[in-house]
Amino acid sequence: MATSAETLEREDRLGGIGCSRKRKEDPRFIQGKGNYVDDIKMPGMVYGDIVRSPYAHARIKSINKDRALALPGVHAVITAEDLKPLNLHWMPTLAGDVQAVLADEKVAFQNQEVAMVIADDRYIAADAVELVEVEYEELPPVVDPHASMKPDAPVIREDLVGKDEAGQGKRIHDNHIFTWEAGEKAATDSIFDGAEITVKEEMVNPRVHPCPLETCGCVASMDKIRGDLTVYMTSQAPHIVRTVVSMLSGVPESKVRIISPDIGGGFGNKVGVYPGYVVAIVASIVLGRPVKWIEDRIENLSTTAFARDYHMTGELASDREGHIKALRVNVLADHGAFNSHAQPTKWPAGLFSVCTGSYDIPNAYVRVDGVYTNKAPGGVAYRCSFRVTEAVYVIERMIDVLAQKLDIDKAEIRRRNFIRPEQFPYHSALGWEYDSGDYPTALDKVLEAVDYEGLRREQAEKRARGELMGIGLCTFTEIVGAGPSKACDVLGVGMFDSCEIRVHPTGSAIARMGTITQGQGHQTTYAQIIASELGIPSEEVEIEEGDTSTAPYGLGTYGSRSTPVGGAATAQAARKLRDKARRIAAHLLEVSEDDLDWDVDRFKVKGVPGQEKTMKEIAWAAYNDVPDGMEMGLETVEYYDPPNFTFPFGAYLCVIDIDRYTGEGKIRRFYALDDCGTRINPMIIEGQIHGGLTEAFAVAMGQELVFDEQGNLLSGSLLDYFLPTAWETPKWETDYTVTPSPHHPLGAKGVAESPHVGGIPCISNAVNDAFSHLGVTHIGMPHTAFNVWKTIHSLGLDKRDQT
Amino acid sequence: MTKQQISFVLNGQPVEVLVEPRELLIHTLREQLHQTGSHIGCETTHCGACTVDLDGKSVKSCTVLAVQVSGREVLTVEGLAVNGELHPVQEGFMQEHGLQCGFCTPGMMMRAYRFLQENPDPSEDEIRWGMSGNLCRCTGYQNIVKAIQYAARKLQSAEGA
Repeated sequence: MATSAETLEREDRLGGIGCSRKRKEDPRFIQGKGNYVDDIKMPGMVYGDIVRSPYAHARIKSINKDRALALPGVHAVITAEDLKPLNLHWMPTLAGDVQAVLADEKVAFQNQEVAMVIADDRYIAADAVELVEVEYEELPPVVDPHASMKPDAPVIREDLVGKDEAGQGKRIHDNHIFTWEAGEKAATDSIFDGAEITVKEEMVNPRVHPCPLETCGCVASMDKIRGDLTVYMTSQAPHIVRTVVSMLSGVPESKVRIISPDIGGGFGNKVGVYPGYVVAIVASIVLGRPVKWIEDRIENLSTTAFARDYHMTGELASDREGHIKALRVNVLADHGAFNSHAQPTKWPAGLFSVCTGSYDIPNAYVRVDGVYTNKAPGGVAYRCSFRVTEAVYVIERMIDVLAQKLDIDKAEIRRRNFIRPEQFPYHSALGWEYDSGDYPTALDKVLEAVDYEGLRREQAEKRARGELMGIGLCTFTEIVGAGPSKACDVLGVGMFDSCEIRVHPTGSAIARMGTITQGQGHQTTYAQIIASELGIPSEEVEIEEGDTSTAPYGLGTYGSRSTPVGGAATAQAARKLRDKARRIAAHLLEVSEDDLDWDVDRFKVKGVPGQEKTMKEIAWAAYNDVPDGMEMGLETVEYYDPPNFTFPFGAYLCVIDIDRYTGEGKIRRFYALDDCGTRINPMIIEGQIHGGLTEAFAVAMGQELVFDEQGNLLSGSLLDYFLPTAWETPKWETDYTVTPSPHHPLGAKGVAESPHVGGIPCISNAVNDAFSHLGVTHIGMPHTAFNVWKTIHSLGLDKRDQT
Repeated sequence: MTKQQISFVLNGQPVEVLVEPRELLIHTLREQLHQTGSHIGCETTHCGACTVDLDGKSVKSCTVLAVQVSGREVLTVEGLAVNGELHPVQEGFMQEHGLQCGFCTPGMMMRAYRFLQENPDPSEDEIRWGMSGNLCRCTGYQNIVKAIQYAARKLQSAEGA
């Protein structure tokens, strides 16, 4: 049936799926009217500031609060001793371990929380922090995860001595946390033993930090008369935080209200529950006043969240033509002083077993060992699904290493190993069911767009002249949208998500979700889904998230969950309402439901032009004229438990020129093709890709939390921790294909993390490619000019007399 | 600590406020004068989220003492729109999707506002260099550049009109 111009015009007016609608969030942000946590002021509010350990490993011999308490304006100094009677000096972690809220007799990482000062304003609080006298006895620190597993290594967690498990299976050493395995070890080993070709490489994903521009913080307010606890908090997961706060504090969940206001970027940093939140809440309960705690940047970089710190050994077995027969990966995972990783409880290595990537690899085995060190805890997935960046890095680097060994072109070796389009749904050797994909088309489109062969010719010419030019490829597959509750939970709560829609009598609507935007533009895009599904213009749909007292329970926004899970919940909720609307329309038009066709924003009687009811008319009728026996109103809630994860993919290509004398790399071209299935708002998708690529650039080229041997963090401020400016950030070229997810109601897969996950190995592959003709197989990240220069220098390329 | 009275012009209006000599301008603006549009993202003058305009120059208000602005003129994001009409810079950020989480945006726009007076017809490289004191973690800057180009065009056509 041809679509009439009139229908198209109505579709256009809806502002639904597929249009680049301008953002609903923007007017408040561009006028300085955002409402971030530090903007919140409450009557009688006081400020918390934290006394922190200068040592990475030390015993606390004494704490003297007297001088701090004597300072006018100081209300309290809270230590572990004060929390003990409440049993709040330790807290359970999502990973089955415990974490000290305030240091209990010893500190296990630098800047660990030792005490919180509560004072009238932040200046007095900062003064008082300096007046708290803590006497320490230094202990030998362990910074390197390999050293941590040595027989005579200092014991980091004395509270666990004699315990053969720390919540995630058997421990084999005092500093060991867990062993996690996937795949068939014996079968994989035997393939390696008989393989024509094997390659092996050690590689590290350095410890980094998501570093959103807004740090973490909260305002906790206990109303002692009502018995209500309200906490404004920078949280990517307010509902599960409410459950945790209730469990920890003993305040019934019905009396706890968590509100995530506007959030100044998350990228994983704001998933966890940090000691500062807990102590601020306790202080508010004790003092009966609102308490604000906002961390500064140094505190942010040094204590709340880190990512990666994965020390991997990757191996591939193949035949002489480069057809991969097996993958083997061993990982040492540095989790810091407490295992407080923010990830599904039963997945100590997250979704790392997606590391067979986009390739049809028949055999695989992975082993991950988690260990303690004297570094900050609180590992998060930095703009990625749990451990997926690490997984994609190891396979995308290893396939290049294999190509190099066999002297096969790096695009060609990918083509030879791709999972073919007709193999979907594809069952990977490590147990995943990939929903959909078309990898060869994506790669070919990129190669053609950039004239790949021309680039390789140019590279050959430059190599002949002694110049360094690298071409990096990455054909990644992500796994996002955690996840099916049978596979994923957080502290026993399934990882569903939710949407509630209420259509008002005059036809506008409000919808609330269990997710929470941190810049992704949910207020814009969720309304587009409702517009397309329900025929209400997106401009007339208000979206609210983040207030646990009004929004339905959901697991929040991280791991690209919002579109795959929250977006699916939204579509399903809208469809429920459309079904009800159909029944009302049939009643109003006095026809059978089967006689009606849905047409953009109305139901039409088949074959009878002019006989129709618009959603506006139906909404009105829902409140005064419904069929006999039907409940009035037009409102519903959907809790959506996804049947599977979604598997977005992409093909990226990076061209880098490296200065032979300084090691400075300049990305000349970066072409990113993403396939996230159905595209809801192309403008927002492109913005997310730009941002994710820029964060990938940051990680690949410069970010690292560097520690000295004493466990001092050497890159704990923006002076030393690399955040790219507009000046050094490359220009990004974007492209797309559309391969819908067969199990998602809209076919959408999620997109914002793909560019980070795929961008890092792509850039790293480009840097490595610049040296691959010289026999170099792997140079580790970050690829700072100095690090690259070290390779150049070791190869003698920087000698001026060379031509 | 002894406080002292200072007065200055904020977004065109005279204000008087009692401050400690050590108080930072960003805190005075946010805590005492309730202008929370300017944000704090670091304490080392790197991120630029606190950028305001002081006597016609961009400054990072986390490293300016409140007492230093006594008798001077300060413009913040709250003063950018005039009589409810958005400044072209604000319009550009919205039209070109130059913001995501919005946290860097007020400082970013205040810098763009001043930058376009310093250089009304900038090249892309000049924009990138001129804005390099302000960090954004969300956008990758590409659309911020476009937003500033949009504003530059609009300001120039207004001038020519």
